[in-house]
Amino acid sequence: MSENGNGRKLDDPETVKWILRVFYVICAVLFVMDFIIHRHVSHEMESIPGFYAIYGFVGCVVLVVVARWMRVLLMRDEDYYEDKPKNKDINQDYNQNYNQDALKDRNEPDPVKEAHHVDR
Amino acid sequence: MWTADLPPFVLFYAGVLFALIPSHRLRAFAMLLVPVFGAINLLSMSADASLHMTLVGFELTLLRIDDLSLLFGYAFHIAAFIAILYAFHIRDRVQQVAGLIYAGSALGAVFSGDLLTLFVFWELLAFSSVFLIWARGTERAFVAGLRYLIIQVSSGLILLLGIVFYWRAEGTLSFDFIGTDSTYGWIILLALGIKCAFPILHNWLTDAYPEATPTGAVFLSAFTTKTAVYLLARSYPGTEQLIYIGALMTCFPIFFAVIENDLRRVLAYSMINQIGFMVCGIGIGTALAVNGAVAHAFNDIVFKGLLFMAMGAVLQMTGKINGSELGGLYKSMPKTTVLCIVGAASISAFPLFSGFVSKSMIMVAVLEEGYDWIWLALLFASAGVFHHAGIKIPYFAFFAHDSGIRTTEPPSNMLAAMSIAALICIVIGVNPTLLYDLLPYEVGYTPYDATHVLAQTQLLFYSALAFVWLNLMRLYPPELPSVNLDVEWLYRKLIPGAGRALESSVSQLTAPARHLQWNVNVPAKLAQLGKTPPSGQMVTWVMILLGAGLVISFW
Repeated sequence: MSENGNGRKLDDPETVKWILRVFYVICAVLFVMDFIIHRHVSHEMESIPGFYAIYGFVGCVVLVVVARWMRVLLMRDEDYYEDKPKNKDINQDYNQNYNQDALKDRNEPDPVKEAHHVDR
Repeated sequence: MWTADLPPFVLFYAGVLFALIPSHRLRAFAMLLVPVFGAINLLSMSADASLHMTLVGFELTLLRIDDLSLLFGYAFHIAAFIAILYAFHIRDRVQQVAGLIYAGSALGAVFSGDLLTLFVFWELLAFSSVFLIWARGTERAFVAGLRYLIIQVSSGLILLLGIVFYWRAEGTLSFDFIGTDSTYGWIILLALGIKCAFPILHNWLTDAYPEATPTGAVFLSAFTTKTAVYLLARSYPGTEQLIYIGALMTCFPIFFAVIENDLRRVLAYSMINQIGFMVCGIGIGTALAVNGAVAHAFNDIVFKGLLFMAMGAVLQMTGKINGSELGGLYKSMPKTTVLCIVGAASISAFPLFSGFVSKSMIMVAVLEEGYDWIWLALLFASAGVFHHAGIKIPYFAFFAHDSGIRTTEPPSNMLAAMSIAALICIVIGVNPTLLYDLLPYEVGYTPYDATHVLAQTQLLFYSALAFVWLNLMRLYPPELPSVNLDVEWLYRKLIPGAGRALESSVSQLTAPARHLQWNVNVPAKLAQLGKTPPSGQMVTWVMILLGAGLVISFW
């Protein structure tokens, strides 16, 4: 989070520091507002001071922690679904067996090698 | 001139003729006029306009006007105008025609008063929209488009099955409230559920939309799912199951969105999340909840379109869309950055932006009806959507670490389209009565009171604080080039894999008999069929499943 914010000088860490300071102050003010503004609540949980602030913060941390854990389980290579080589192999297997005799006669290049060549 | 109350789809279908215009600019301009004329037609339509016709003994209603269909009609015209303007520079006639037919079919479905007409437009939605994916021209897009088409057409076939049952039971094809008291109610709900991206049935959306062209994705984001939302609002309000389905839809995609690298796929996941709010509101079924749901659909069409446009602009200008390859683009695309942030603020429901005035209605309605846990789930999802769509999208594309990419702003027509969408987001956010006046029920709801504004602002700022803190602690998952497994694994990996295993075991069995000509030929032919196993296998399996389903249901 070293370059968040807006404007052209965002690469300057000093600017970022200031943006974050302002942001922290706003967060603090919002929390204090809970004690100043009387909220008409429709649910008892809402009357807990700072309920929305705490819920938002904790919710997002839980979200990210769970998502990180999901990565362990669910993350695969970018080309996970592009299983071309495998399919080619099966086809080649058939083609090879099927065409071998014919190829021997005609002296054509080996389809396996050719397919690999095309693939790469 | 506009004396006849034309069904809105007619104008869009007629607009296809403009494709014959040879000049690129003139053709694009003519296309842009289609939604304008459509809007004039819609606005000048008499309140009791309707169009019936009889076809082989069936009474068909091609035009049904009421507050609900009108609201979606307006939204679709706005979306079509914005999307066509965004695609103004495109010269590809296929995309232009597909876009018009797609938008027209969505309008046809929304204004149809009987199920048979609905079915026809339902399938046309699928067939026209797939060209927006195929137009990308890559093999990935082609195969993803095939999967998309199979699933969409299956949804249509299921709908048709439901319609047959409906017709047998009711003796009519005209429909309004359907509900789940009957078998056909469930079957039709399943068909809508596929288009609506219910959990488990959702994967076509996150699979296909990110593969579409930059402009095509903008069209796609507006019509298919919102047509389904419209039908849910018309035929299934107050169906309790929808509350839980909707809540699930708001929650599960946000986890995927956090770890997804393709930023348009992040948007696709957040789309499911937003539809979840609508589905939940429709499930609650009170006047306030349904109002909130359809208002949110209206707003979502605009702000989700805006976000897809911003990411489309990034993709078009840089050729990249993965978070891991982007960053620092605010330096060369400042206008796009600002417009994207407006969309992000709207989807996150910041006060003064459009998402706030509609989502809060659903939240209040959920709480009023005493669904405490659902309310907590939606609140969590609200924080989560800010986290991934509100912060992640702009942050990783335009800020974060500087990727070194230097480009320019997108063409001015793209900027104009984004600006219009951003303007609508802000105008509705600041002056919600503009939207509230269009809603199907009377609204006695004011979003702007101290309670709502403070609560929502706290929620969002502390979600942002969590983002800052997680980043400082280096706990935030970095953008990585990767694929995350989802339900699609079943039909992209497991079933094709099983099919291949079967195939090779068959070939092993027949191996000793290879010298017999017919025995050698069969596996070779099989292999030919299997050249694109993911799609080929899937077609077969879907056919088998559907056929089996059909047989069983008629038993």
